[in-house]
Amino acid sequence: MTVHTTSPQFKQNATRALHDVQLQKALNNVKQGFIDKRQAAADKLPEFEALRDSARDIKNHTLEHLDLYLEAYEAKVKASGGHVHFARNADEAREIILKICREAGAKTVTKGKSMISEEIGINHYLEANGITPVETDLGEYIIQLRNELPSHIIAPAVHLNASQVEQDFRRVHTHLDAKRDLSEPVQLLTEARAVLRERFLAADVGITGANFLVAETGTSIIVTNEGNGDLTQILPKTHVVLASIEKLVPTLEDVSQLLRVLARSATGQEMSVYTTFSTGPRRPGDADGPENYHVVLIDNGRSSMLGTSFEEMLRCIRCGACMNHCPVYHAVGGHAYGWVYPGPMGAVLTPSLIGVDKAGHLPNASTFCGRCESVCPVRIPLPKLMRHWREREFERHLTPASVRSGLNLWGFFAKRPALYRFATRAAMATLGFAGRRRGRFSWLPLAKGWTKHRDFPAPQGETFQARWQRERSRRTA
Amino acid sequence: MSARDDILAGIRRSLGVKGSEAIRRQIVQDRLERAPRGVVPARGQVSGEERVGLFKTMAEASLATVTEVGSPGEVPQSIALFLRNHNLPATLRMGDDPRLQAMPWSDTTLEISHGPSGGGDLNAVSHAFGGVAETGTLAMISGPENPSTLNFLPDNHIIVVSAKDITSDYESVWNRVRFSFGKGGMPRTVNWITGPSRSGDIEQTLLLGAHGPRRLHVIVVRE
Ligand code: SF4
Repeated sequence: MTVHTTSPQFKQNATRALHDVQLQKALNNVKQGFIDKRQAAADKLPEFEALRDSARDIKNHTLEHLDLYLEAYEAKVKASGGHVHFARNADEAREIILKICREAGAKTVTKGKSMISEEIGINHYLEANGITPVETDLGEYIIQLRNELPSHIIAPAVHLNASQVEQDFRRVHTHLDAKRDLSEPVQLLTEARAVLRERFLAADVGITGANFLVAETGTSIIVTNEGNGDLTQILPKTHVVLASIEKLVPTLEDVSQLLRVLARSATGQEMSVYTTFSTGPRRPGDADGPENYHVVLIDNGRSSMLGTSFEEMLRCIRCGACMNHCPVYHAVGGHAYGWVYPGPMGAVLTPSLIGVDKAGHLPNASTFCGRCESVCPVRIPLPKLMRHWREREFERHLTPASVRSGLNLWGFFAKRPALYRFATRAAMATLGFAGRRRGRFSWLPLAKGWTKHRDFPAPQGETFQARWQRERSRRTA
Repeated sequence: MSARDDILAGIRRSLGVKGSEAIRRQIVQDRLERAPRGVVPARGQVSGEERVGLFKTMAEASLATVTEVGSPGEVPQSIALFLRNHNLPATLRMGDDPRLQAMPWSDTTLEISHGPSGGGDLNAVSHAFGGVAETGTLAMISGPENPSTLNFLPDNHIIVVSAKDITSDYESVWNRVRFSFGKGGMPRTVNWITGPSRSGDIEQTLLLGAHGPRRLHVIVVRE
């Protein structure tokens, strides 16, 4: 499979992003929205930190026994009348999905938001084979109209402003009155709701991702706020669940632990609006629901991450908190990362999945401030893993030119006044916020992040440039 | 080798295991059987009035509206009033739930229809399996009694929940599910619903009624 990626051009992407006025305006929404909401939700739940430990432990336990939990899960899905398919890679996954769609005689397929579906590039493949995929999450729908990749894993269209969405709707929804008023976001939402309602009712197959799979019961779980994932899966005759193998957890109790940290970390909600547990197809007497239920379990590089230092990355529950808190993400947005997964989690995961030769720049796209780790609900040591990638580059003796370009990237960040300003301003704003509310430096998760990565100083201390110089001399020593 | 066997073999190679180790199998077996509770927040660990009160507070925080009635017999009037207050047509779709069937709908002028939704219904009522005080979440179970489409297609969704079915936490809901469906068994769909449908995808502005109901109204039945 050829992966379409612009990750090797990270520097150029970043430069373009810094000069994109629309993008910079939209990125402000990330800084302003997510950080405060997550903190407020965490503050409201005294057990939040203990739940993060619990979430980490559940994921570690599952990964250590992944072969056995997969077998248990598979047996349960079959017992409930569902089908399980295994795919080693994206090619196999796409073929399996196409076959299911063909058997269902599908013309159109509705889709719930799913990162694995982006990872395997299923939309283009279905289109090339005469089947129309329709994204139904509002953000995904918008970026599908624009033929873009998501720029954020939970807010795919966060890089856009309402006026851009309006232009796209006018361009595509040509059956509607050209003089209609679309100046308010709510009018855009209402229009999308009406257009997509028709699509939901007409679809032959519904494809969703899965936030979790439960071995105890053979259940797949989706979490949404819009309800689009549910309409995707209950209306068509066939429901296809796409899930990478690390989505597994043992029991309903375990998934309840993870759900308690997911929404709070992602959007600052106590719980997302719709959490849906699906087990097999329609039962006798059921008046609605899919008649066929398929799960496609996709490896695509995960099994070889097990047993390495990157195994920890497989705990990720795709909440987006790491990018919401990342000064580099705030400055350049998600598309600069060049592939499906942006931000700190993308900087670690992308080289694992598409190769360090293509994504070797990404682990350098960090200030190593430690904020991502300090908010990660499953406590993935993202800065450490980014450092591991850099060390690997050295160990692997990549060509001197590539190593130099990796180091140059530090220089790139250190020397770009605009990026420097964005990064520090974001960090200062956050600290100022924490300080105002709770007294200086008493924001514990953050302070912990900083002390843990001790080589990163308090904000008024060492500069980016000094840090880079020191890092470089250590590297070359 | 099949993809399945290949993937399992790859996982085992990476983990340095064979898959036949008795101790690993035992650990997995035990966990699946015992399903240990993890950290359950103290917030929901209250009972009686306090628990119902917490459920209401949390459901309202999720932007649902909540009302209480003293007995099931008062539900139809309460729904008629809700629809009137919001200038909504006096129509209502529902499944075959015996608890709903037993209510005195003829006391009202509501035009009742039965069955799943095909997308044309403005208003629907469902009976919840339970409620969770911790977050004001409703737990719905699929089936002819309460078809899943009623949870998502109508503009206005009304959910009836018995006060006695409001539990402290999610774990208590799972215990009740296991009691009804057997350990390891599940209904086709369990929907946890916490508030009306929404999206923040356009400039991070919170807008209600993305694809699912624009309004979620909860009626807690005391008796
Ligand atoms: S790495 Fe952690 S913070 Fe980032 S998306 Fe994954 S779980 Fe969330």
